[in-house]
Amino acid sequence: MAEHILLRHRDIPGIDQLNTYQKYGGFEALRKAVTSMDPDDVTNEVKHSGLRGRGGAGFPTGLKWSFIDGNKWPHYVVSNADESEPGTFKDREIMEGNPYQYLEGVAICAYAVKAMDAYIYLRGEFWQIAGKLDQCIQEMEKAGYLGDKLFGSNISIRLHTHLGAGAYIAGEESALLESIEGKLAQPRLRPPFPPAFGIYGKPTIVNNVETLTNVPAIISRGAAWYRTIGTEKSPGPKIFSLSGCVNRPGNYELPLGTTFRELIMDHGRGIRGGHKIKAIMAAGASSSLIVASEEALNTPMDYESVPNLGAQLGSASVIVIDDAISIPWLINKTVHFFAHESCGKCTPCREGTYWMRHLTERISSGQATMKDVELLHEVASQMKGKCLCALGEFSIEAPMSAIERFPAEFIAVTSKPNA
Amino acid sequence: MNALLEKYGDEIRAIMKKYPPDRPGKRSAVMAILYLAQRENGFVTKQSIAEIAEICDITTTEVAQMIGFYTLYHDESSGKYHIQVCTDLPCAMRGAEEFLKELCENLGVKVGETTADGKIVVETVMCLAGCHHAPIFQVQGPDGIEYHEDQTVESALEVIKKLREE
Repeated sequence: MAEHILLRHRDIPGIDQLNTYQKYGGFEALRKAVTSMDPDDVTNEVKHSGLRGRGGAGFPTGLKWSFIDGNKWPHYVVSNADESEPGTFKDREIMEGNPYQYLEGVAICAYAVKAMDAYIYLRGEFWQIAGKLDQCIQEMEKAGYLGDKLFGSNISIRLHTHLGAGAYIAGEESALLESIEGKLAQPRLRPPFPPAFGIYGKPTIVNNVETLTNVPAIISRGAAWYRTIGTEKSPGPKIFSLSGCVNRPGNYELPLGTTFRELIMDHGRGIRGGHKIKAIMAAGASSSLIVASEEALNTPMDYESVPNLGAQLGSASVIVIDDAISIPWLINKTVHFFAHESCGKCTPCREGTYWMRHLTERISSGQATMKDVELLHEVASQMKGKCLCALGEFSIEAPMSAIERFPAEFIAVTSKPNA
Repeated sequence: MNALLEKYGDEIRAIMKKYPPDRPGKRSAVMAILYLAQRENGFVTKQSIAEIAEICDITTTEVAQMIGFYTLYHDESSGKYHIQVCTDLPCAMRGAEEFLKELCENLGVKVGETTADGKIVVETVMCLAGCHHAPIFQVQGPDGIEYHEDQTVESALEVIKKLREE
């Protein structure tokens, strides 16, 4: 893509400074929204743009905003900056490199849903980024882009950072709300959903960092322009976090609908060390394993096409696996992650990830028989659809798909158990 | 007499201003105040737990369970600096496990142990959102958290040497 819309710091050095950001049209979208648009117009523009949530679920953003309960007050905006999925490192780059565009997006969202306060929930490890955002927020207040009487109107918007303290589950939106309330980050039973019952029981819109960073461009340039990027059902640019066995891992901002092949072979410069690609995980550790066939490599990365491969696009954290990597070893890694991060609230996930961990440990260390592999598949199947939140559901994706799609590797590792 | 309030009064008031002034709003401040409380010693003392409970208008159990649940809070003394190496899948495919093993050998400790001078404890950590810059570790110390990316054992030992001199 010629021009970065989200990772603009790659084109414009110093855009993390307020005056540089201003010079390149910064805050004009917020000014336009507050001075010339009704809040509902802003929501409608975002709706027409077709922007879908970039945190993983792909839910239409404008539609979510329109669900805010207008009979209960006050309203809140919460931005999910808890980025913790293994393989995902895009929100971090946005906040480090182009923080004002993100914060402008948060403020526009607050205006659209009539919230006076917005909280940015950062994982505790983003300590330094939180410090940077606090400074940016102060600068914006001084310049009149946050605070009271914005652009001479009677609108007040305030942004606050809130640091987490090391818990993957806090990225699950209802657990995140609990954490802002100073409680354990454990998911809530839904419905009611956050637009009706969010922090402090008040209507709350929760959006990912990358999602909100799209918003200033949509308001400035319009929904019709935005739709010229990407595909009809998945419009816009997307940041793909590429990691694993490639020559050039990193973040790549590309239109939704770019193929796996272009991302991995062109942008990522192919597989390292002369190895061959074996599998792809498109949504970080939460992914099922895609067999890296020619057909898979030619598949466009958008919310509609990836499910045809028995997988999800999720947050577009593409982990590339080559033929030197053992699949039983790989699922032991992902299962360990989920067992560690399970919050313990619901039984299927707490017990399921515990037993899966024991089984993958035994399998990957060559001490198992095929019966253990079958048992692992059975435990995973029993968890399916029964967990309170997506973490539990995600934990079974890699082990189940691995057993189904790479059976030979499990036969090999269990053929001579070394008890 | 609330020692935390006495010591960090301005900071605590600034934290509490972020949230609604009612009781649920007070509770929201607990996470940021826990960081303040462990700034000095690297862990939260029983006395601090009681004081935080008073400030946030919750029970001591409700404060203590936060320390147990979230991995960046500590309730016992260990090394002054936590060297936390990510060994999750993307990092492991880029040499993080070998890096951790060699680092531990060089420091003469196992994962989770503190060096003899009490300064350094090596731990593993879950994904730090730096998969493209593996091996990566963070240092959690009294003044916050710092990332170190694209590391070799040599560069990591250099970082640790500097920490020991502080």
